[in-house]
Amino acid sequence: MDFNDTAAEAEFRAEVSTWLEANVPAEKEFAGMTPLERAKFWQKRKYDAGWACLRWPKEFGGRDASVVEQVIFNEEEAKHDVEPAVFAIGHGMCGPTMIAWATDEQNRRYMPKIASGEEVWCQLFSEPAGGSDLAALRTSAVRDGDDWIVNGQKIWTSGAQHSDYGILVVRTDPTVPKHQGLSYFFLDMKSPGVEVKPIKQISGDAGFNEVYFTDVRIPDAQRLGAVGQGWQVALTTLMNERASIGGGGSGRGIVNCTRLVELFEKVNLDGSAAIEDGAVQAKLADWYVKEAGLKFVGYRSMSAMSRGDVPGPENSIGKLVAAPMRQEMSTFALDLLEGAGAIWDKELSEAAGLYQMGYMAAPGGRIAGGTDEIMANIIAERVLGLPQDVRLDKGIPFTEVPTSASS
Amino acid sequence: MNFEFSDEQNMLREQAGAFLRDNCSMSVVRNILTSDEPFDRGLWQKIVEMGWTATAIPEQYGGLGLSYLELCVIAEELGRVVAPVPFSSSVYLATEAVLVYGSEEQKGKWLPMLAEGSVIGCFATAEQAGHAASNKTGCSVGANGLSGTKIAVVDGDLADFAIVTASEGDSVSQYLVDLNGSGVERQTVDTIDPSRSHANLVFSGADATLLGNAGAGWDQVAVIHDRAAVLFAWEQVGGSKTALDMAKDYAMERYAFGRPIAGYQAIKHKLANIYVKTTLAESNSYYGAWALSTNAPELPLAAATARVAGIQAYHFATAENIQTHGGMGFTWEFDCQFLYRRAKLLAMTIGGELTWQKKLVAALRTAA
Ligand SMILES: Cc1cc2nc3c(=O)[nH]c(=O)nc-3n(C[C@H](O)[C@H](O)[C@H](O)COP(=O)(O)OP(=O)(O)OC[C@H]3O[C@@H](n4cnc5c(N)ncnc54)[C@H](O)[C@@H]3O)c2cc1C
Repeated sequence: MDFNDTAAEAEFRAEVSTWLEANVPAEKEFAGMTPLERAKFWQKRKYDAGWACLRWPKEFGGRDASVVEQVIFNEEEAKHDVEPAVFAIGHGMCGPTMIAWATDEQNRRYMPKIASGEEVWCQLFSEPAGGSDLAALRTSAVRDGDDWIVNGQKIWTSGAQHSDYGILVVRTDPTVPKHQGLSYFFLDMKSPGVEVKPIKQISGDAGFNEVYFTDVRIPDAQRLGAVGQGWQVALTTLMNERASIGGGGSGRGIVNCTRLVELFEKVNLDGSAAIEDGAVQAKLADWYVKEAGLKFVGYRSMSAMSRGDVPGPENSIGKLVAAPMRQEMSTFALDLLEGAGAIWDKELSEAAGLYQMGYMAAPGGRIAGGTDEIMANIIAERVLGLPQDVRLDKGIPFTEVPTSASS
Repeated sequence: MNFEFSDEQNMLREQAGAFLRDNCSMSVVRNILTSDEPFDRGLWQKIVEMGWTATAIPEQYGGLGLSYLELCVIAEELGRVVAPVPFSSSVYLATEAVLVYGSEEQKGKWLPMLAEGSVIGCFATAEQAGHAASNKTGCSVGANGLSGTKIAVVDGDLADFAIVTASEGDSVSQYLVDLNGSGVERQTVDTIDPSRSHANLVFSGADATLLGNAGAGWDQVAVIHDRAAVLFAWEQVGGSKTALDMAKDYAMERYAFGRPIAGYQAIKHKLANIYVKTTLAESNSYYGAWALSTNAPELPLAAATARVAGIQAYHFATAENIQTHGGMGFTWEFDCQFLYRRAKLLAMTIGGELTWQKKLVAALRTAA
């Protein structure tokens, strides 16, 4: 066991750090750009220098780097104020699914452009009738020669408004039990019949969307996995989702213990810095236990991955711990700020509105990528081996499963 | 970077685990808890023969000279079985104090005996309710030796020597006191975990030799506690895992409303939460183990983090284990009580949750 870098790792870290120092754009280089343009600008610069999607094969736009090197790069990049959130889905979920299931030829075509940020991808999984119960989705695909014709609706699709491609799960056979009737595709978001409508969130942003499909044609060559094997392919995506959404969060733009220490040193409570207060200390210590614990859980799974293990259901712990914790942290920070905490204004608010944004974004974190309850179920069933919930949808054709509409 | 125990260390874990499963079932714990025996002498003898007491003692003092990682592995396994032996007092506290602060002469005298298990040490700080280091120290050393009373000293009734904090003039130091000498009275006390015996130690002119630096008593205690906190955390992790296994096994067997209770989400999520807290404590203990084994400057923060996580996980796991068992869990007949008792005992020895939350924040501010 050694939490220090080896000589080779230290050298790699120094190389990364030097490159970042020299290449993270100064604010004026970003002048006049939208957040999306900023993200693409930075991603392209990384890609051109060989610092994008480090773990992917070189021929697909990566660097053939190890997990450890990827982590070192992330740690160093997090020291700078460049949040590549726009690409989280493409890099964290779509890319790895493509690498596992698409042809080499397809990967040589699509992956480098995902890596460079030139093409943004989104995840078209959830539907009005299929969220936690994803396999209950109803969007249909019917074979027509070399194509499939897709009809239906997706919802909560993050980034669909600026995405070039998407990964899509659809129902190709409603007459068999629900998990067996699904198939998986990727598609061009500019295909005729795709319509994206933004949904406004409680935080005021419109980061996610409804996506409607009306007679959308997708070539059969863009199917990943066999017809009816969509659920297995989706599991590849979901595993990677857990590993990438996980704990994370060491960047400046996120509510974490480092930011809280700064806040508690600064805010006065009864005549001294809030951090001198015992109740404040107890809370901070408890959050630090979780934050540090998750970091080391991540390190341990990284060691396992270096040995060739794939990220398993135990990675669900990251989101299950981090999402409610961020909500607690932001809630407490606002309490401490008292009246001033109500002001949400980049110019006037403490830390440029970090805690107000943290508070309003936190509920989404507990839902996106699997709710708290679903994550706890995954740990109970898949890690601890406890029995599944009672289910009324097993072993019967999808068309006979009870729904809100049938009740 | 490498965040795993080595193959050799994992082999040690398997051997230690197998040995303890054979030699320290819950009925062994029950025997000590219900009898007047202060600890399981037979088990202790075997532990000594396997060299566990010698683990981190350098070879020049008769030890095995292994790293603290090996000691962490052993601690976890001892924690799993709620072992009724004075290992933590003698190894994590007394041995560490002599190792870190003993003069060459003290080390030469005591460490070989500690390694071969011919003496058992204990660590005495508390004199009244509350955190010892914030209280006034009543024990004092004068021309006539050491006088005063230490309370609730774990293994105080069976140990051969104690490391005692006492004042001399204005300053507090640590002293090494032979408990078999004159001027020492031991009063065994009842505790919430009788599988580990406790005594009040009443000193009236006992021989006391200075350990470490005069006036540095509480600083030394803090250093030893940081080191011990990592080892205690591993015991807490081991105990939490046992509580989780117990709760899981029972939940799978017990039927209610036509199915095992393990199928109900309230129980599933409860067990998932035990798993989460235990995993966080374990991962923090990895870091603690590394910091301890390398004497890293991060040790105070790493130790406090592992300690707070260990206290919280073990308490939660054992309380919810009882809850999962329903009425059965509340009976004397069932074994849930041993874990619940030990969880609280380990939480109170070497400073409680609040003390360590404060230490954690102090270390975090230093690091910032
Ligand atoms: C910010 C954000 C971004 C998102 N981005 C995407 C995206 O890019 N692509 C995409 O495909 N999806 C996305 N989603 C959708 C997300 O995956 C779903 O919202 C989520 O899986 C929950 O589904 P639902 O909203 O239908 O809630 P429901 O499934 O209806 O859940 C409602 C409540 O019931 C609980 N519940 C449901 N089933 C059970 C059960 N078996 N046991 C116990 N409790 C249960 C849930 O925990 C929840 O509390 C996003 C969501 C959010 C909030």
